[in-house]
Amino acid sequence: MAAGKSEKYKSDGSIGGNALEWVDARFPATSLYKEHLSEYYAPKNFNFWYFFGSLALLVLVIQIVTGIFLVMHYKPDAALNANGVPIAFASVEYIMRDVPGGWLIRYMHSTGASAFFIVVYLHMFRGLLYGSYRKPRELTWLFGVGIFLVLMGEAFFGYLLPWGQMSFWGAQVIVNLFSAIPVIGPDLSILIRGDFVVGDATLNRFFSFHVIAFPLILIGLVAAHILALHETGSNNPDGIEIKANKDENGIPRDGIPFHPYYTVKDIVGVVVFLMVFSAVMFFAPEGGGYFLETPNFYPADPLKTPPHIAPVWYFTPYYSILRAMVWNFFGLPAKFWGVVGMGASVVIFAFLPWLDRSPVKSIRYRGPIYKTMLTLFVICFFILGYLGTLSPSPMGELISQICTVFYFGFFLGMPWWSRMDKFKPVPERVTMK
Amino acid sequence: MSNQGKMDCGRRRLIVATAAVGGAGAVAALVPFVSSLLPSERAKAAGAPVEVDIGKLEAGQMMTVEWRGKPVWIINRTPEMLGTLPKLDGSVADPKSEVDMQPAYARNETRSIKKEFMVVVGICTHLGCSPSSKFKAGAEEGMPADWLGGFLCPCHGSTFDFAGRVFKSKPAPTNLEVPPHVYLSDTRIVIGEDKKGA
Repeated sequence: MAAGKSEKYKSDGSIGGNALEWVDARFPATSLYKEHLSEYYAPKNFNFWYFFGSLALLVLVIQIVTGIFLVMHYKPDAALNANGVPIAFASVEYIMRDVPGGWLIRYMHSTGASAFFIVVYLHMFRGLLYGSYRKPRELTWLFGVGIFLVLMGEAFFGYLLPWGQMSFWGAQVIVNLFSAIPVIGPDLSILIRGDFVVGDATLNRFFSFHVIAFPLILIGLVAAHILALHETGSNNPDGIEIKANKDENGIPRDGIPFHPYYTVKDIVGVVVFLMVFSAVMFFAPEGGGYFLETPNFYPADPLKTPPHIAPVWYFTPYYSILRAMVWNFFGLPAKFWGVVGMGASVVIFAFLPWLDRSPVKSIRYRGPIYKTMLTLFVICFFILGYLGTLSPSPMGELISQICTVFYFGFFLGMPWWSRMDKFKPVPERVTMK
Repeated sequence: MSNQGKMDCGRRRLIVATAAVGGAGAVAALVPFVSSLLPSERAKAAGAPVEVDIGKLEAGQMMTVEWRGKPVWIINRTPEMLGTLPKLDGSVADPKSEVDMQPAYARNETRSIKKEFMVVVGICTHLGCSPSSKFKAGAEEGMPADWLGGFLCPCHGSTFDFAGRVFKSKPAPTNLEVPPHVYLSDTRIVIGEDKKGA
């Protein structure tokens, strides 16, 4: 941002001052602090929707800290113990029953997984509301889509670790998705599993991905996401560029320093969030069977699929799209198109910056077409999500097909419908409504 | 880095060559890591054949044994169950078992060596769930009223008849797999190999 002019810290003669001067001469401490906190000017009109970025960061920290402590007691081993229970499953029970405070750490982690997706979905929805993905923030958005993809992988790998029935059969289904890819598919799924069936090799590599590889990638992408954001500056609910209007010191007239203004604002968000989070964690850690699914309280049994299997709630919209594809096209089986549809439904978010052709960014200055389309899109997303938790049925299949068509229509038709809307004039300065 | 004067082409070539060699080394370094993801020798060796006693399997009953980590079903089909098969030739996707999902000796109307005994891998060919048995005809077990008995995959709704043949317009692309198997005697079979006395 408005750094560049950063000068090295000069001590006031105190011990602390001398120490900081010594550090600052060797490391860009004060310039980093200024660039990203005290002199990062964020628009002064942030509203409710702007809580979810910092909350996502908070949940990331919760997941990493709780994860570190869970790994101290968890054992990724599919072999059966003396009681005939898989060691991995038994070690989770051990954490829940015998490790002091283990139940709390584990519930923090499992509730944190669902909370992560809730805040990330709301964070993404904010982007759709105010056009945050538009130029010049395309890269911030792409890093964000990358974070979302890695998060999905992270959640999927993590879900296998308790080695319950849903863990096992969920992994079985998802890994078999890859076998639908022509030519390389069957070998690819063996490469992922490390065996001809989901087994000990799969459990161990998923453990490795879950605790090392993907968290590292995730942290890297989060850093890139924030660096790219701080390069362009934040968007705001009016979707106008505050950098276009600077005062004589080069500071945006509608900007306020992130610290202390937004750090303090975010504390309020954090407290409210933690109240809801704690309520779920203490009173409904299973989230009504949506956060922790009932079949996962039974150890994995490779010979018996539970009567009803469904992914965790945050994957169900895409799962519905997978199930909605029941036709063979171009000589390729429906199974393959299901996988393509599922993959495309996630990746298509990456193209938003180039699909949206409206002259304004924020929904505040867009017309009825965008408002209707976005509302229908959200409704479709919820319907798909709900249907994905149910057993397959002819009616559900038809509804999910309709919603799938609309889901893709929303994105693919956007270059046309986003231009046709009636727009309101965009103000010069941000508004505080 | 001077921005004036001629570029030293010899040095430039050396830089490109060095980068190319380094890049090739980095790619080559991937090999051990990717190959370590393949099934280990132990995993490959784990596919030993399984011997099963089917003498106690009553008509109409089914048993499940584990072979290569997968469930294998053995069903002692009643004449009524076998009677449903010809009636379904029109509603299953591959009535004559043309797709290679069975050894040649099981490529027949009942998809089995002995008519009554069905031996089949209980893994749906769609995404690998294990279908549940819905042996009772009609709507009694939550199936449509014209159901004649067979299997329903709980994951994506594929249905199979008593010979493991998939019904039309279902997500599963092929019939269930019949594993190689052989009868040692009337009541003993080996799953996982074709010839006696291995």
